[in-house]
Amino acid sequence: MNARYSTPSIGLHWLMALGLGGTLALGFYMHDLPLSPGKLQLYSWHKWAGVTLFLLAVLRLLWRLTHRPPALPLAMPALLKQAAHAMHWLLYALMLAIPFSGWLMSSAKGFTTVWFGLLPLPDLVGKDVDLGNRLQTLHLGLNVALLILVAGHVAAAIKHHFIDRDGVLASMLPGRSH
Amino acid sequence: MSRSLSLPVAALIGIAFALPAHAVEFNTIDAAKSQLGFSYQQMGVKMDGQFGRFAARLKFDPAKPAAAQASFDVQIASVDAGSPDANKELAGKDWFDSTRHPLAQFVATRIAPLGGNRYQANGQLTIKGRTREVSAPVTFTPSGNGAVLEGSFSIQRSDFAIGEGAWADVGIVANPIQIRFKLLAEVDKAAGKIPGK
Ligand code: HEM
Repeated sequence: MNARYSTPSIGLHWLMALGLGGTLALGFYMHDLPLSPGKLQLYSWHKWAGVTLFLLAVLRLLWRLTHRPPALPLAMPALLKQAAHAMHWLLYALMLAIPFSGWLMSSAKGFTTVWFGLLPLPDLVGKDVDLGNRLQTLHLGLNVALLILVAGHVAAAIKHHFIDRDGVLASMLPGRSH
Repeated sequence: MSRSLSLPVAALIGIAFALPAHAVEFNTIDAAKSQLGFSYQQMGVKMDGQFGRFAARLKFDPAKPAAAQASFDVQIASVDAGSPDANKELAGKDWFDSTRHPLAQFVATRIAPLGGNRYQANGQLTIKGRTREVSAPVTFTPSGNGAVLEGSFSIQRSDFAIGEGAWADVGIVANPIQIRFKLLAEVDKAAGKIPGK
C-alpha cells in the first residue's frame, strides 16, 4: 500500500482543518451581529484562533519543507499530479495570507491584536480607515477562495477514495498504519 | 494663530519670559489647540478615544493657584472612540445617553501647588447626571504667549453608569478609564469670553 503521511503532518492537517472551519464559520457569524459585549468577545476569540492558526501554518510549512510527503499514486496522470501540487501550495499560501490579512486589517482599523489578551502583536500598518476597509474585502475574498479550494480538495479526496480507490485519503487519516 | 500674530513680537516674548515674575492671569482655553482624550482596555487591548468639542472657563494665575477657577463643558456627542459603530453605540442609553445628558462637566474646587510647575487640581466631575470628586496632577508649561496645562487622571466607568446592562460586565470593557488633557491656556484681553469650537 501507499506510504502514509508522518504523524505530525496528519495531526497538523486535521487540527488545522478543524480550526480553519471553526474560525471561518465564526468570522461569517460574528460579522453580522449587532454590537454587544458578546460580539467583542467573539471578535477577540476569532483573532486569537486566527493568530494560532497562522503559527500552526508556519510550523506546518516548515515541516513540509523538511519532510517528503508520500508520493502520489503512479497511476495518476501527470497533469492531475501537477494540479494536486498547485492546489496544495495554494492552500498553504492561503493559510498564511488569511490570518496575515486579518492582522493587518485589525491594525488598520485601529485595534492592536493582543494574542489571548496577553501578547500584543506589532501594528505593521497605522490606523487608516480606508485601508482597513480594503483589507476587510481582501480578508473576505481570500476566505471565499479558501472555501472554493477546500471544496475542490474534499472532492478530490472523495474521488481518490471511492473512484480511484488508491489509498490517498487513507494516507492522511489518523489511526491504523498498514 | 491670528490672535498671536496681531500682537507685537516683543510683547509675545515679554509675556513668555516674564511669566513667573509678573502675575499673568490665563483666562481662556483655545479649544481648537487643546486635546481631551481617554483610553481604556478592551479584552486586554488598549483603546484610545477623544472628545472633539468642549468649552472651558478659566481664571488661572500660576502665582495664585488658590484663587484659580476652572470649569469645562464637554459635548458628549463629539466623542470619537475610533469607529462610527462605536460612536453610535456610545451615544446610546446604556453608555452616555447623550440625548438626556448631552454635556459632561468638570468644575474645579481647589487647585493646590505641588512645587515647581506642578499643581493638583481637585474638582467635581459630572457625567450622565452622576457627580464624583476627581483629582488630577497638572503641569504648567509656558508656550508662546500662552501656556500648556497637561495632566491625566483615572475614573471608574461604573461610578458614572457608563456602560449599563450587558456592558456593565467589566471583563470585556475594563472599568478604569484614563482621561488625558492637554489644554492651551491663553491670556485674552476681552476677559470672561467663553471660547469653544
Ligand atoms: C486562518 C484564520 C482566519 C480565518 C479562516 C478567518 C476567516 C474570516 C471570515 C470568513 C470572516 C468574515 C468575513 C466578512 O464577513 O467580512 C472574517 C472576518 C474577520 N476576521 Fe478573520 N479569519 C482568520 C484570521 C483572522 C485574524 C488572525 C484576524 C486578526 C488578527 C482576523 C480578523 C477578522 C476581523 C476583524 C473580521 C471582521 C471584519 C468585520 O466584520 O469588520 N481574522 N474572518
